[in-house]
Amino acid sequence: MLLIPCPWCGPRDEPEFTYGGEPAVRPGPAADISDAQWGGYLYMRGNDKGPHREIWCHSFGCGQWFVLERDTVTHAIFSARKP
Amino acid sequence: MTARRLDAAGVIDRARALQFSWDGRPLTGFVGDTLASALLANNVRIVGRSFKYHRPRGIFGAWAEEPNAIVDVENGDSQEPDARATVVELREGMAARGVNARPDVAHDRYAAIDWLHRFLPAGFYYKTFFPDWHRYEPRIRAMAGLGRVATTPDARRFETRSAACDLLVVGAGAAGLAAARAASGAGLSVILADDRIAPGGSLRWRDGMIDDQPAAAWAAATAEALAAQGVRVMPHTTVFGAYDHTTFGLLERRSTAAVGWSEDRLWHVRARRAVLATGAIERPLVFPDNDRPGVMSADAVLQYLRLYAVLPGTRAVVATNNDSAYAVAVALRLAGAEVTIAEARADIPPAARAAFDRDIRVLAGSTVLGVIGRDGVRMVDLGPADARSAREATLRVAADLVAISGGWSPAVHLHSQSGGKLRWDAATAAFVPVAPRPDHDLAGGADLAAALVSGHEAGCAAARMLDRACTLAPPRAEPTAPQAAPRALWRVPIRGARQWVDLQNDVTTRDIALAARENYSSVEHLKRYTTLGMATDQGKTSNVNGLAVLAEETGRAIAEVGTTTFRPPYTPVTLGAVAGMRHGALYSPWRRLPAHAEHVALDADMRDYGSWFRPACYPRTGETVPQAIRREAMAVRGGVGVFDGSSLGKIMVCGADAAQFLNIVYYTEIANLKPGHIRYALLLRETGVVQDDGVVARLAPDRYLLSPSSSHTQSVLAHLEAWRQTECPTLRVAMHDVTAAWATFVVAGPRSRDILAPLTDIDLSPSALPHMALSQGRICGVAGRIARVSFSGERSYEVSVRSGYAVAMWRRLLQAGTAHGITPYGVESASLLRAEKGYILIGVDTDGLTLPGDLGMSSPLRTKQVDFVGRRSLLMPDARRPDRRQFIGLLPEDASDVPAVGAHAVTRGQDGRLRSIGWVTSACHSPALDRSIALGMVERGRGLAQAGAELELFHLGRVSRARACPPMFYDPAGTRLHD
Amino acid sequence: MRYSSLSLLRQGLTGHASWPAAWRSPALAQSYDAVIIGGGGHGLAAAYYLAKLHGLKRVAVLEKGWLGGGNTGRNTTIVRSNYFFPESVALYDFALRLYEGLSEELNFNIMLSQRGMINLAHSDHDMEVMTRAVNAMLINGIDVELLDPAQVRAELPLANFSPGARYPIHGGYVQRRGGIARHDAVAWGFARAADALGVDIVQNCEVLGFLIENGLVTGLETSRGRVSAGAVGMSPSGHSGVLAAKAGFRLPITSYALQAMVSEPVKPVLHTVAASWATGMYVSQSDKGELVFGAGLDLYPSYAQRGNLPTTQAIVAAVLEIFPAFRRLKMLRQWAGIVDVPWDYSPILGPSPVGNLYLNCGWGTGGFKATPAGGWLLAHAVATGRHHPISAPFDLARFDSAALIDEAAGAGIAH
Repeated sequence: MLLIPCPWCGPRDEPEFTYGGEPAVRPGPAADISDAQWGGYLYMRGNDKGPHREIWCHSFGCGQWFVLERDTVTHAIFSARKP
Repeated sequence: MTARRLDAAGVIDRARALQFSWDGRPLTGFVGDTLASALLANNVRIVGRSFKYHRPRGIFGAWAEEPNAIVDVENGDSQEPDARATVVELREGMAARGVNARPDVAHDRYAAIDWLHRFLPAGFYYKTFFPDWHRYEPRIRAMAGLGRVATTPDARRFETRSAACDLLVVGAGAAGLAAARAASGAGLSVILADDRIAPGGSLRWRDGMIDDQPAAAWAAATAEALAAQGVRVMPHTTVFGAYDHTTFGLLERRSTAAVGWSEDRLWHVRARRAVLATGAIERPLVFPDNDRPGVMSADAVLQYLRLYAVLPGTRAVVATNNDSAYAVAVALRLAGAEVTIAEARADIPPAARAAFDRDIRVLAGSTVLGVIGRDGVRMVDLGPADARSAREATLRVAADLVAISGGWSPAVHLHSQSGGKLRWDAATAAFVPVAPRPDHDLAGGADLAAALVSGHEAGCAAARMLDRACTLAPPRAEPTAPQAAPRALWRVPIRGARQWVDLQNDVTTRDIALAARENYSSVEHLKRYTTLGMATDQGKTSNVNGLAVLAEETGRAIAEVGTTTFRPPYTPVTLGAVAGMRHGALYSPWRRLPAHAEHVALDADMRDYGSWFRPACYPRTGETVPQAIRREAMAVRGGVGVFDGSSLGKIMVCGADAAQFLNIVYYTEIANLKPGHIRYALLLRETGVVQDDGVVARLAPDRYLLSPSSSHTQSVLAHLEAWRQTECPTLRVAMHDVTAAWATFVVAGPRSRDILAPLTDIDLSPSALPHMALSQGRICGVAGRIARVSFSGERSYEVSVRSGYAVAMWRRLLQAGTAHGITPYGVESASLLRAEKGYILIGVDTDGLTLPGDLGMSSPLRTKQVDFVGRRSLLMPDARRPDRRQFIGLLPEDASDVPAVGAHAVTRGQDGRLRSIGWVTSACHSPALDRSIALGMVERGRGLAQAGAELELFHLGRVSRARACPPMFYDPAGTRLHD
Repeated sequence: MRYSSLSLLRQGLTGHASWPAAWRSPALAQSYDAVIIGGGGHGLAAAYYLAKLHGLKRVAVLEKGWLGGGNTGRNTTIVRSNYFFPESVALYDFALRLYEGLSEELNFNIMLSQRGMINLAHSDHDMEVMTRAVNAMLINGIDVELLDPAQVRAELPLANFSPGARYPIHGGYVQRRGGIARHDAVAWGFARAADALGVDIVQNCEVLGFLIENGLVTGLETSRGRVSAGAVGMSPSGHSGVLAAKAGFRLPITSYALQAMVSEPVKPVLHTVAASWATGMYVSQSDKGELVFGAGLDLYPSYAQRGNLPTTQAIVAAVLEIFPAFRRLKMLRQWAGIVDVPWDYSPILGPSPVGNLYLNCGWGTGGFKATPAGGWLLAHAVATGRHHPISAPFDLARFDSAALIDEAAGAGIAH
C-alpha cells in the first residue's frame, strides 16, 4: 500500500487518494487545432515505465490536486508538489 | 503403527481432555493439541490421499509446510474446507474428515488409479482427451478438488485492523526475539509477529541455554517482558505478504480461549522498517516411495515429541544429510524408540557423538533406498546414497517411522516478495536471501548463538537507521561446535523408481525429467507443466528439491535454474478475513433519505437507486406495483402528488467568478442567467459525452445552486473541482456539496399551488414565481426555498428546507394536502411522468457515447463563445456523422403492448440479416395517453421522427412495429408547466 | 510425435522416454521474413498462422522472458464473445470459433470448457441494460439467453439470494458457448505447432530498439544481437507503450496491474463462469477445483506484476458479496498481470505509424479470450500489409476521428 506524501496534509495511505492521469496541457483555442492534435490530447499517453509524472487528488482528505513523481515499476515516490 | 502419547512433558493440558471425531470415529485429545498431534496420539496413520494417484498419506510436518494432512473441519456452526490438520487447534466437539476419497481416506476405492500411474505422467491431459474434452471434463472435475465447501451461511466474524510501528519483526524465534528486544530497548515501537501459537520458534522444542536459562523458558520470559514494555507481541499471526512502502499484511488467528469464537483478523501494518527473522523450513529427502505414511520431517517428529508428548513411532529410521537430525534421533531414543540413523555423508560428523552416546546405530554414506508397507511404513531398505539400483540395499530394517531431513531452506518468501534477491549457497545447499530492500534487515542462523547475535544486530541496525542508540547487550548462548556441511542430495539415482518431490500434487522426479525432456525447462514452465509447488502447501517442502532435480536433468547449475517468483500469501488466507467487515451494507453503504422512516411507514416499495434507498412507489393493500405507479401518476396529472426529492444533488457554487467558471464547465450558457432564475443545463466530459444534466439556479449574482442527478453528485463535484484546480486556478470560485443539508419535496400537479400557498410567505403567483424561477422565504415557519421546476410536466414546486425538518415538512405537506387528495409518488411514477414529457434520464436514455447533439441540443456549440469543456470534441469527425443515434419517441403499433426497454430498432439487409440501428431506452403504458409509449436512441432518428417512419423493434427473437415521433407525448406546448 | 491416447499409452509402456521436445531452443538467426515481438499466446499464434496460412518460411518470435509468461499465463482463463457492438462481436466470436477447433488444430488439449458464462443483474435497471445487450448479441448471431432469477438460482445455487442481500439478483444472461480454457496450454499448443512449422521461438531475448530507415522498420536490436526483418508484428501486452516509445510513437494506452487469485481446490461447487457488473467480479472453478477470480484494476498505472493489498481486499469482498458461502475458503495464490488499457477498452490492431510494423495491443483486461484471432489478424497484417475487414475498425487512426469502440459506454455500464 502506497504512502503518498500529500503536499498539504503529509503522508497518507493510498486509499485516501484518487489517481488522475498524466498532466496534459489543454490545447486551444478549439477553432485552431486539428482533429489529430485534439485526439492526441484526449487519448494519447506517455505511459512511462519507470519515473512517471502524474496527477493525484487527495479525495478523502483535503481534496486538492497535486503532481506526483512515482516509479511505475518499484512504486517508489520521488516527489509531490503543489501545482 | 504404534504412535502413542507419552506420559509426561509437552505443552498440552492433560487435565482438560477434548472429545473430537475423525471420519466419524470418536477420539480424545487435550487442550494444546493440534488436530494433527491428536490424530497421531490416537495412532491414526492415514490422514489423506494424494491429489492424483490417491496414494495413502500420513502426517508429514508439524506446521504450515504440511502437504498431506488436508482435512475438512467442522466446529459447531463454522466449517473450514482444506484445513491443514497441523495448524488446526483442537477444540471440543470438532469433527474432522479426510478429503478426496471414497468412502474415506483409510479405504479409498479410487486408490486403484495408482495402478494406472504409468499412463498418467505430468501433463498427460494435454496429450489426450481431445477433441471430446467436454465428455471427459465433468468426470475429471468430479475427481479433482480436495475438500467440500459447506453451502450454509458461515458464522465466523472477521475484521480488519490497521497499525503503524517503527519496526515490524517477523518471526519470534531466537533471532526475532533478540531483534525485538534490542529495538524495543532502544526505544522503537515494535510489533513482533509469529505464526505459531506461542512465541519462541524452534526454541520451544530444540535444546539450548540462553542467558543461563533453558531456551524455551528464555523465549517465554522474553516475550512476556517485551509485551510488558509495550511491544505488541502477536503470536498466531502470520505475516502473509510484504507490500509497497513497508506495509505488510498479517492474519491473526485468535484462539478460542481468548475470544470464545474463532475470529480471524486481517491487519495492515505500516512499519518504518522490518526485520525478517522467518527461520527455515526443513526439506525432505527424496527416495523411492518416500510418500508412505510414517515418513515424516525429522524436525516435525521432534515437535510432536516435545510440544505434544506424542511419539510418532517406536522403531525409527532417521535419514539425514545434515547435522540437525541427530537431536531428533536422540530424542526418539530417550522417548523409548529404537533408532537407526542413515547418514548420507560419507564422514560421520561430530554431531553424531550424542547418538553414539545413546548406542544409536549410524550408517555412514547411506540413505533410504526403499520403503515397504503400502498403508504405512513397515520396513525400510537402506543402502549407499549413490545407489543406482534398489538391489544395492545393504540393510533392511523393520520400522514404523522414517524421520527425514534433507537440509534447510530459509523462509525467504517475504524477502523475495518485496523484491529482495536470492543467492544459491552451495555450502549450506540453500537459496539464501541477499540484498534486502533498504528498509528491511534479515536475521537468523542455524546456530543458536549466531542467530541471537544476528537478531540483536538487526534490531540495533533498525534503531540506528531511525536515529536511536542500542544499549542492551545481546543475549548469550554457548557457541556450539561448528556444524559439518550438509551433503547436497536431491534424490537417489535409482532409475525408474517413483520418488516424490511434491507430495500433495503427486509430482515425482520422473515427472520433472519428462518436463525437461520436453523442453519445459524454464522453472516457471516446470511449475505449470507438472504442477510442482502449486498445491495448498505452496511448495514449502518441494520447491528447492524440484528445481535441483530440474538442474540435474538439464545439466545446469541450480543458480542458473533459479526459483519461481514468490507471491503473497505466505500461507493460504481465509477469504472472509481478506474481505473483513466489507460485506452487505458495509461493502457498499446505502444512502437514506432524511424522511426515510416516513416512507417505510407508508409501506413504500424501497429500492436501490445508485446507492440511494428510495421509494419506487407506494402500493396500497391489494395493489400491484404497476397499478400503484399508474395511480400515483394519474394523481399528479389530475390533482396533486408529493415526491421526496431529497436525494437530488445540491452543489453550492460561490464567488465573484462563479458565472465565468460555470460557463466554462457547462455546455449550456449560464452567465446570462438572472438571479432568481433557473435553467436546465448539460454538463459534458472533455470527450463531449453528456456526463449529467440538471437545473442550475442563480441565487445571487455570485451564488449558484446546481442540481446534479442523485447518483452523480459526487462525481460531478469531483469533475468541477478538478477543472477549477487544474484549468481555472485563477478564478475566484468555491463549491461544496450541500445535498445532505437540505430536504427537498416536490409538490406537483394542478392543485399544488392551492396546497402550498397557505403554508408559505413566498408569493407563488405565476407572475411572481413563474416556471423556472426560485424564491427564498419561510415555509411552515422555517427558512427555505421554493423552486418552480417540473420533471413531470405539471405545475410543480420544489420545497427545500433544512434536512432536520424533513419529517415534519413531509407530514405537514401530507396533512395540508389531505383535502386535495395529495398522493405520495415514488421514483418509478416520477419516471413515468417524465417519459410522457420526453425528458431524458441520464444513464437510462443516455449512455457513455451520447453527445448533446444526439439529444437535439446543439445551439451552445453555435452560440457560446468560450471553449467550454468538451467543445472541441463536438467538432471531431465522429461527432459530426449524419448517422448518429438520436433521441426520439416511439409509438408502438399495438397500443396495448409496452416494448421492452432494451429492444432494438432494426433494419434488414439485402441478405435478410438484421442490423441494429438503435434501441429503446424507456417504455411504459402512458395513463395520460392511455397507450404504450417509448423513448429511444435511433440512427438518424430526428429525420425518422419527422417523417413518422415505421420501425421494426426486435426483442428476444420477436419483432413488433412502432412509429417514430418527436420525444414529447404530453402537452407539447407546455401550457400546463406555465399555468 | 502426434499426441493421442495411443501415443500416451505406448509411451506409458516405455517409461515416457521418447517424447520429443515440445519446441526447440534455437539461436537467433541474422534475418527473418517476419519477426513477432512477444511470445505470449497472441505472438505465438501470429507466428503459427504466418507459417501455416501465409507460407512464410522464416519467422521468429522474440520473447523477453519465458514463453507464455506474460498475461497469457496470468489471466483468469475466461473465453466468451458476448459483446455489444457488431465490430467487437466479429472479432471476439471469430476468436471463439477458432478456439472451438483449436485442440485438434494444434494437436494439443487446450481444455476448452464451454460451460457457459452468466452475467448477473442486480436491479431492474441492470436487467434493462442486459436486455439491450442480449438483443444486440442475438441480432449479431451470438448465443445468449436472458435468465430470470429462478433460472439463475438453478445454475448458481450458492449465489446470494437472501432477502437482505446488498446486491439482490434480479436475473441475468448467459452465453452457453462461453467458458474457460487452459491458458498455459494455449501458449504451449501454439508454440509447439509453430515450432513444428519451423518458427524460431527465441526466449530470453529482449527487443532493445527498432532499426528504422526512411520510416520503415528493417530490423531490431535485441539482447541477443541485431536481427533484420521483412516485417515486424508486436504483441507485447502490458509493455506496448514501452515498445511504441522505442519505435517513436505514442499509444492511447495506460498500463495497469490487474490482479487475479485462486482459492484452495475444492470439489465442484460452481459449474459456470459467473460475473456481476455491479461489483465487477468474475469467478469460475478450474478443473483442478480452485476458484479463480478477479475484479477491478489496481488504482494507478503500474508495471509491477504484483498488485496491492487494498485492491486484493476489494476483489475478495466483491466475490464474497455475491457468493457468501466462499468466505470459508482460503486464498492460495494472488498475482497480477500488466494490462495495456486503451482509452476505449478495445484493442488496437493493424498498421502502426512506422512502416512494416504492425500492432496487436491494447487488449486491456480481456486479451486471453481473443488469443487465436489476435494472432490470426496480426499474421494477416504482417503478411499482406493490410487490414483484414475484421481488424479494420480497430485501427489506431480511430483516435484521430474519435470513432471509438467503447463497449462499456455503449452497453451503458459507464454510468
